[in-house]
Amino acid sequence: MTIKDKAAIVGTGTSQFYRRGQAGPRTGLDFMLEATFNALDDSGLTVDDIDGFSYYAGGYDSGLLSQTLGIPEVRYSVSMTGGGGGSQGTVANAAAAVAAGYADVVLCVKGDAGLRRGMARPRAGRDAAGANAAPDRDFLHPFGLMSPGQTFALMARRHMEMFGTTTRQFGEVAVATRFHASRNPAALYREPITLEDHENSRMIADPLRLLDFCLETDGGTAVIVTSAERARDLRQRPVYVMAAAQGGHGRWGQGIFWQQMPEEYYASSGHRPLAQRLYAMAGVGPEDIDVAEMYDHFTPLVIMQLEDYGFCKIGEGGSYVEDEGIRWGQAKMPVNTHGGNLSEVYLLGLTHTIEAVRQLRGTSTSQVEGAEVALVTSGPGIMPTSAIILHN
Amino acid sequence: MTQMENRPVPAQKPYLPAEVAELFPDELSREFWERAKRHELVFQQCARCQTFRHPPAPICHVCRSFEFQWTQVSGRGTVFSFTIVTHGVHPALLQSLPFNVILVEFPDAPGVRLVSNLIDTAPAEVKVNQAVELVWEDLDNGTTLPRFRRV
Repeated sequence: MTIKDKAAIVGTGTSQFYRRGQAGPRTGLDFMLEATFNALDDSGLTVDDIDGFSYYAGGYDSGLLSQTLGIPEVRYSVSMTGGGGGSQGTVANAAAAVAAGYADVVLCVKGDAGLRRGMARPRAGRDAAGANAAPDRDFLHPFGLMSPGQTFALMARRHMEMFGTTTRQFGEVAVATRFHASRNPAALYREPITLEDHENSRMIADPLRLLDFCLETDGGTAVIVTSAERARDLRQRPVYVMAAAQGGHGRWGQGIFWQQMPEEYYASSGHRPLAQRLYAMAGVGPEDIDVAEMYDHFTPLVIMQLEDYGFCKIGEGGSYVEDEGIRWGQAKMPVNTHGGNLSEVYLLGLTHTIEAVRQLRGTSTSQVEGAEVALVTSGPGIMPTSAIILHN
Repeated sequence: MTQMENRPVPAQKPYLPAEVAELFPDELSREFWERAKRHELVFQQCARCQTFRHPPAPICHVCRSFEFQWTQVSGRGTVFSFTIVTHGVHPALLQSLPFNVILVEFPDAPGVRLVSNLIDTAPAEVKVNQAVELVWEDLDNGTTLPRFRRV
């Protein structure tokens, strides 16, 4: 038994997006409410229909959210463990709750305001890098390894060494993604960039430059999931959850903040085991994917996901983005047609789900003609991560 | 390798400032740092199946035994990967930019990697597979850190 086609996404919404520091007094809860009302409007459902919550990356207080919204009865509340790796698992958990009969209408929601720090500042109960004092951090911070960009730089360098991947190939991911953002009025960074712009952007943690990094932004996202049956009577064309997978290699573990992943898959996205299960549940393969929305916190990780999801062989992701390409209008299978975390907005992953839904409704600003099957992935870095395949 | 050879060159600044090297050891990790003060680089090794593990963990991930010993390694290894940090994410590190961070693997402790730094090495000279050897840095705050130099 699987959850294949038992549930559908029937509404999506976002708040207004803000560059970091420009959201004024707005809070994460405020963003969640705005996104939720937009998603409800999109679906034709009302607040009174919501009876379940699904979260990730720290989750949220369902008591606070339901008392604020005035929801009549909550029947289900669940949160993925881990970080941005949970974004698509959040949709999957909602689909599973609906399929199991725990709830009828599950709200997947996230809102961030000023969550992420700028420069670390030492505080009581925190170590020098500003993180919660923990013995394992003693093996990282005294050596200057403090930020995700630095940890992913280690993985990117290893991939370059093993396979000859180049920073110009990282640049192609950045340029293609910005091109998509330039076509999306909602994107925060719409000015097109060139490979030269990428090459000239400031080095942050070699081999990663500024334009290899995702944005730092504030806002909220909401996705509403209900049963396939109920979905047929609602406002939008249903987008069915065709397959879902979460987890990863057990010894991927804490990944980027652990650095002991076996050599066999160190220079990967950690998504390989998920890809196998996902395709098996969906009954499709990479050749059937019309468009992919892949979590792009750092450009090399898109290259590694293209490998791990079987769009090319392991080690050939760099040449894939140059030769096959990921740009809308040119590539057979465009990637991150909304502009991704790199250029649209960085809200930890549900914006990728929302763009996949647009593609399958035929309303993307970079619409793939006749798109029927979309792959959506969550953040590589720590285990668990997650992914879904959607179809219309 | 004698202890004398392992001593850092006196009066040199540490590779990175002591402000970022305040440690929070627990019962498992304390031995690593105590032995570091004696200039011994040690890793946990399963007493049953001999598998090394790092950072410290209560059981062996292969045979799940709780029994372990601390095994000293020679400190010779190779660079598995590296990054050159050119953007400060901590105020205390701004004066140290650019600095490198390396991942070191050890032939006498297969399966573990140590995050560290390569001293006396220009950014362009840090390479994957570079052979390195241990050098101890005794910081003013009482912490001793394992760092490396090229061989």
